[in-house]
Amino acid sequence: MSLLEVRGLSKRFGGVQAVADLSFTVDEGDVVALIGPNGAGKTTAFACVAGFLAPDAGEVRFRGRALRGLAPHAVNALGIARTFQIMRPFPRLSVVRNVMIATLGRHPDPREAEARARAVLDEVGLAARAAVPAGALTLAERKRLELARALGTEPALLLLDEVMSGLTETETERIVGLVGAINRRGIAILLIEHVMRAVMSLARRIVVLDHGERIAEGTPAEVAGDPRVIEAYLGEEHAGAAAP
Amino acid sequence: MTWLALGGLAVLAVLPAVLGPYALSVFINILFYAYLGQAWNIVGGYAGQLSVGHAAFVGIGGYTAAVLAAETGLTPWVGMLAGGALAAVLGGVIGYLGFRFGLRGFYFVLLTVAFAEVCRIVASNWERVGGAVGLYITFTGDPRQMQFQDDRAWYYIALALTALATAIVWGMERRRFGIYLTAIREDETACEALGVPTFRHKLGAMVLSSFLTGLAGTFYAYRYSSLQPGAVFGIPLSVEIVIRPIVGGAGTLLGPIVGSFILTPLAELSRAWFGQGGWHGAHLIVYGVLLVAVVLFLPQGAVPVLGRLVRRAAP
Repeated sequence: MSLLEVRGLSKRFGGVQAVADLSFTVDEGDVVALIGPNGAGKTTAFACVAGFLAPDAGEVRFRGRALRGLAPHAVNALGIARTFQIMRPFPRLSVVRNVMIATLGRHPDPREAEARARAVLDEVGLAARAAVPAGALTLAERKRLELARALGTEPALLLLDEVMSGLTETETERIVGLVGAINRRGIAILLIEHVMRAVMSLARRIVVLDHGERIAEGTPAEVAGDPRVIEAYLGEEHAGAAAP
Repeated sequence: MTWLALGGLAVLAVLPAVLGPYALSVFINILFYAYLGQAWNIVGGYAGQLSVGHAAFVGIGGYTAAVLAAETGLTPWVGMLAGGALAAVLGGVIGYLGFRFGLRGFYFVLLTVAFAEVCRIVASNWERVGGAVGLYITFTGDPRQMQFQDDRAWYYIALALTALATAIVWGMERRRFGIYLTAIREDETACEALGVPTFRHKLGAMVLSSFLTGLAGTFYAYRYSSLQPGAVFGIPLSVEIVIRPIVGGAGTLLGPIVGSFILTPLAELSRAWFGQGGWHGAHLIVYGVLLVAVVLFLPQGAVPVLGRLVRRAAP
């Protein structure tokens, strides 16, 4: 049985079919990348999986359990944690408090939650910034905080929405290393990413979306050679927004 | 910090010995509004859900205790709890409607104002509870009926209520419930993503806050031996409740207390001052000016600024 099973997922916003009949699976301990041009429906698919949007059709199962109708916090409690593309730190709370909000779910005692939060901050390399208000962090640090908070909920599946966009090359490499290490701890990862080098080195399987539909799926090598994928991306290159 | 709190409490405990009758009444008001502000602070300050209808809970609490005493002879000491419970039920209804349907910001403000106004209109037209004239409580001076020959009793009740509410908030800050509230105030969507059941926590904050506010209604009714719908359910009282924690620092432990120590004497002075010249209500202008100044120069309220000054003075 797959850890996550998405079947026939559809979501429409007015006249725009954001996601159309999308199916894919993520296995225990897997790393799957969801790629595609801007507006392909990746973030919408994420929101449907994490309970932030109700799909018009189709279903999402996690460990065999249908997620329909569950509030986001309930989906999180089952073991799915998401990050936001546009990061949402609690700006006036300290960095360690930010992560505590995540760890308190499984560790109701604040002292224990704080110890857990500090351990997670250690893991993502933010321990030195624990006491700083989150609003004062740099972009790269905020990306790490977003990751730390998701990890703090102790998920079995981590949904990463562009945690590398806007970072320098060294910063990206460090995040790639970090995500790889998280995965080796047994946490399955579903990532949306435009940074192709990161996708190619992390993902075991890639699902390619265009206009809400799955146009290809396979290993990184298979997908990179697929003519439909090249076409979808060439269109984007014309628009001058190609991924490096 | 603990010593400072105990020291402050000790000073307040012996203060009535040196206060004249007028100063005593001002201090009773300071503590009474500090208590109301602290009760509001739970949902308005910590959880960031701006209720401007908290007068509804004062009114419900006061009317419940007074009507129960008149009709069944129940002592207001118990009626106070019944009033708090009924206020909590109303708070639960308002919270459920507001939070279930995702009313935020101005919309939640309007919902709370609307409920308080409906309560005022119902009480004004319900003859069984005195209608527009309101209820008058016969003064007997019997402490079992929450009536006292000596005003210092009110001072100590107000002090006990303020200490109780502050202790509750202090404990809340150190528990998951309170920590969650501070995050809900900042970003509810992010909270949900991190596994925080936001609806349940906002509702809990509203119920606790309205219960404590309801207790104050009985205090009000028996201290003044009367209840008028316009006074206890009206928007002016709701504003009085909200403004002190905002000026002192919403979502801080001492904000409502500091705010009340700043604003209550100011209100009394300007009321006495302008009242002599027939300028009734002019203290509201003072409030308005002060609120504008706070929003412009101290958007976090007075407490964070005082905290910085104290730390600078004693490194």
